[in-house]
Amino acid sequence: MKVTVTVNGSDVVADVADRTLLVHFVRDVAGLTGTNVGCDTTSCGACTVLLDGKSVKSCTVLAAQADGSAVTTVEGLADGPDDMHPVQRAFRAEHGLQCGFCTPGMVMAAVSLLAENPSPTEEDVRSGLEGNLCRCTGYHNIVRAVLAAAPDMKEGRTS
Amino acid sequence: MSILGTRVVRTEDPRLLTVGGTYVDDLRVPELADAVRVTFVRSPIAHARITGIDATAALEAPGVVAVLTVADLTDLAPPPPDDGRDGTEGAPLPMGGPWSEPLLAVDRVRYVGEPVAMVLTDESYQGEDAAELVSVDYEPLPAVIGIDGGLDGGTLLFDGTQSNVVVTKDTPADESAFDGCDVVVERTIVNQRLAPMPMEGRAAAARWADGKLTFWVSTQNAQITRFILAGVLGLDLDAMRVIAPDVGGGFGAKVGADRDAILVAWAAKHTGRAVRWVETRSENLVGMTHGRAQEQTFKIGGTRDGRILAYRLDVVQDTGAYARMSGFLPGLTNLMAVGPYDIAHVEAAYRVVVTNTTPISAYRGAGRPEATAAIERALDLFAAEIGMDPAQVRRENLIPPDRFPYTTPGGAVYDSGNYVAALDKVLEAAGYGELRAEQARRRERGDVLQLGIGLSSYVEITAADAAAGETSRLEVHPEGTATVYTGSSAHGQGHHTAWAMLVEAELGIEMSKVTVIHGDTDLIPEGIGTYGSRSLQLGGVAVHKAALDVKDQARRLAADMIEAAEADLELDTATGTWQVRGDPASRRTWSEVATHAGDAGLVAYVQFAGGAPTFPFGSHLALAEVDVETGKARLIRHVTADDAGIVVSPVLAEGQRHGGIAQGVAQALLEEVLYDADGNPLTATLADYAAITAAELPSFELVRSETPTDVNPLGVKGIGEAGTIGATPATQNAVIDAVSHLGVRHIDMPTTPRRVWAAISEAASGNGQGSTGQGREGQ
Repeated sequence: MKVTVTVNGSDVVADVADRTLLVHFVRDVAGLTGTNVGCDTTSCGACTVLLDGKSVKSCTVLAAQADGSAVTTVEGLADGPDDMHPVQRAFRAEHGLQCGFCTPGMVMAAVSLLAENPSPTEEDVRSGLEGNLCRCTGYHNIVRAVLAAAPDMKEGRTS
Repeated sequence: MSILGTRVVRTEDPRLLTVGGTYVDDLRVPELADAVRVTFVRSPIAHARITGIDATAALEAPGVVAVLTVADLTDLAPPPPDDGRDGTEGAPLPMGGPWSEPLLAVDRVRYVGEPVAMVLTDESYQGEDAAELVSVDYEPLPAVIGIDGGLDGGTLLFDGTQSNVVVTKDTPADESAFDGCDVVVERTIVNQRLAPMPMEGRAAAARWADGKLTFWVSTQNAQITRFILAGVLGLDLDAMRVIAPDVGGGFGAKVGADRDAILVAWAAKHTGRAVRWVETRSENLVGMTHGRAQEQTFKIGGTRDGRILAYRLDVVQDTGAYARMSGFLPGLTNLMAVGPYDIAHVEAAYRVVVTNTTPISAYRGAGRPEATAAIERALDLFAAEIGMDPAQVRRENLIPPDRFPYTTPGGAVYDSGNYVAALDKVLEAAGYGELRAEQARRRERGDVLQLGIGLSSYVEITAADAAAGETSRLEVHPEGTATVYTGSSAHGQGHHTAWAMLVEAELGIEMSKVTVIHGDTDLIPEGIGTYGSRSLQLGGVAVHKAALDVKDQARRLAADMIEAAEADLELDTATGTWQVRGDPASRRTWSEVATHAGDAGLVAYVQFAGGAPTFPFGSHLALAEVDVETGKARLIRHVTADDAGIVVSPVLAEGQRHGGIAQGVAQALLEEVLYDADGNPLTATLADYAAITAAELPSFELVRSETPTDVNPLGVKGIGEAGTIGATPATQNAVIDAVSHLGVRHIDMPTTPRRVWAAISEAASGNGQGSTGQGREGQ
C-alpha cells in the first residue's frame, strides 16, 4: 500500500507491504538508521520516535498507521553535531551514553518526557523512562542528563 | 597540568547522539547493497534426535534464495585432531573429542535455540515466513535440566561419554583445617543463570569477492574472530578482513564469534552472495550465551572473636549444552575464592556439567562475581552465627595494607591494595552507624518497611591473560594530527576518548587532532581486543608506550632540524611544540617535525606484553527497604569505593562502575533465565526476562579510592567488572539483612517478592533454616 509519512520535515512516499513496521519504514525506506530495534515485544524503547509530537515505540506502529503523520527521529533533532538539541548536549555533558545503541530512543523518550513535564523530579524521570532499557550506563547519568536538560529545554534554548 | 585524571567529555558522542552509530544492521556499504538476509531455523525442543529435514515448502516461498543445512557444510576445513584431553582440569577450550559443538545440528539438538538450518531470503520479513516452512522431524529425548539433572547422569548429552560432567578439578577436603574453629557454617547457594542482553544482539554480514572474505561482526575481538574463521573455513588470515563496526554492548558475550556468526561467513563464501544476519531479541535470549549458572557449596569456620581460619568452596558449573568455556569460569571462581581476606586455609574445587540449555560463557565478571558472591554470603552467615557486626568481621579479616604483594593460598599474587581503607570510606560515606540506628528503630517499631544494610568487600583479577598483551600503532602526520591504531576494541567503554587523552598527555597533540581506529584486521592485523577488564592496562599502556617511542623519534628529528643536541630539547605538552630549552625562537611544531621525518614517517608500533594481571578491589554498601508484608525489596542507596589504581578518565571510570552496579543489582533483585522441566525457556522475550529499568534503581554514590599498581607504567588496573562483582552480594546481603531479625539467614538470588515473602513465612513457622531458594540446605 502507498504510505506518505513526513519524516523530519520531508515527505517520504513509498509503496510498502501492509505489515511494514514504522521502524523499518524509517530505517529502510527513509534511510535513517539512527533508530534501532532492540527487542520484539515493545519492551526496550530503542526504537522510540515522535509521532505527531508524541513518543511511540516505532516497532509497534505499522507504517500504514503513520500515513499522513509526521515522524521525528534522532536525526531530526539537530542540524548537526555542532548544533545539538539541549537533551543531546546534556547526554554528552553528563556521559549519558556508552555503546550508543539505546541512545536515539532514550533521547527521543527524554524529549517527550520533558515536553510533558518540564520540571521533573528524579523519580519522575526514572518512572518516565521505565520503558527504555539501557544496559551500559546503569541509568545514573541518563537521569542526570535529563534533569540537566530540563531548564534549557523549558527556555527553548537549542544552542 | 596533564589531561589525565580530568573530566573530559567523550569524542564518540556527537555522532552517536545526532545520527546514531553504525551497527551491523546500519551498514549501507556498496558491498552489502544486494545482501540477502539470514534467518536461522532453531530447535524448539531441548533434546531430540533429528530424523529428517524437509525444505521443499520453504524453497518455494517468496524471496527464498537458499535453505542450508548440515548437508551443505561440505566445504569446511577438517576439524583439528582430538588431542584426547577431556574430563580433566586444563582441558582444551572449547571442548573437543566427543564433546565437540557442531556449526549446524547434525543429527541431534541439545538446547532450544540451537541452529538447525539457515534460510536466505531477499528481505527479512520473508525469512521469518520461510523459516516456519522448514519441516524438521524431531524424536524427543529426555531433557537434562539444572545442575541436579546434569549430575544425575541418567540421560547423557553426548555419545561416547560416561557422564555429563565434562571437567573436574578435585581438591581433597582437609577436615582438620576446621578443627580449631569455634563455629563452622556450611551452605549451598545458587548463583543463577543470567542473560547478558547487550542492547544490540548478535549480528554479522559477509561478502566473498575476488578470493577474499569481508566479515562485519558485532564482536569484542575482530582479530580473534579472524583467527577463529581461519580455523573453521580453512582460509589464510590475509584472505579475510574482519571489521567490528559500532558494537552495541558486549559484556563478555561477544568475545570472538559464535557458531551462528561463523555460519554467516561460511554462507557468503558457500553461496557467493553477500549475506546479513541480525538476530531478534527472542533469538538473542536463547541463542546468545548465558552467564553465571553455578551452584556453590561453602564451608567457613573461625573463632568467636571473628577470625576466619578456614574456607572451602565447591562449585558446580552448569555450562549449558556445550562446554565452550571448559573449566575457565569455575576455575576463576576457584582462583578468587578467598577474596580479599587473609585466611590461612583455603580449598576450592569444581565440576562442570552439560545440560540441555543455552551454552554458558563469559558475562561481566566471568567467574569472579560468583567467587565474591560465595564468600560474601559466607562471611555474613559466619557473622550472624557469632553475633558480630558484618563490617567488623570484614575488618578483622581483610588483608592488611602492609602485606602486599600478597600471595593467596590459591596462588594468586595480589599486586597492591588498601582493603580496610576502602571499607572504611564506604562505611563513613554511607553513615553506617546512623543506618544501623535507623534499622534498630524500624525493628523496634515493627515497621512494614524494614531496612537492610548489605556489605561486600572484594578483590578481582583483571587482565588475567596479560601475557597475551595488546598492540598499538601511533602515527603523527605532517598536518600535525595523529592516528592511533589499537588492537583493543571498544563497544561503549570510550576507548576513542581515553586513547586520545593518553596521546595528548604525552605529546601535547590535542585530543581533537587524534583519530583512534579499532576493529579492522586490514588496518590492525595483530591484536586481542576486549574482555576481562584488560583494555586500559594493556591497550592503553601500548598507546602510552607508542607515544613515548614517537617522542624519542621526534626528539631526534627536532634536534636535527634545529641543529641542537637532543639532550637540550624539550617538548612543551601544553602547546605541543619542541624547542631548545630556554629558546622559544627555536620552536618546532608537531607538523614541522612530522614533515621532517619524510617518507619514513613518524610512526611507532608497540606490542605490549610485559604486564601481569592486576587486582582491583573495593567495598560496596547497599541499603535496601523490604516490605515484610509483600516481600518486595527495593534498593534505595548504593555506596561504593572501587579502586582500580590510577584513574585516567574519571568520567569513563564512573560510567563503568554505574553500569556494573546496575547489572549486579539486577542479578540480586530481579534477573534470572528460567527453564521448565522439559527445557523450554520461560524467559525468551523481554516481556518475560526482568531486565532492570531506571525505575528500579537509585542514583549511585561513588567514593574515590586510587591505589596505584607498579605492574604497568600507568599504574592502572581494570574497572569494567568491579560493579557486578561488588554490587551483587552487597544487594543480596542487604535484602537478607532487612529480614534477618525475623530469623531469615539466606535467600537465593534473585530476591524476588515471592522468595522474600516465603523466607519470612518459613522463618515465622520456625523451621529453623530461614532459607528460601533452589539450593540444597547445608547441615
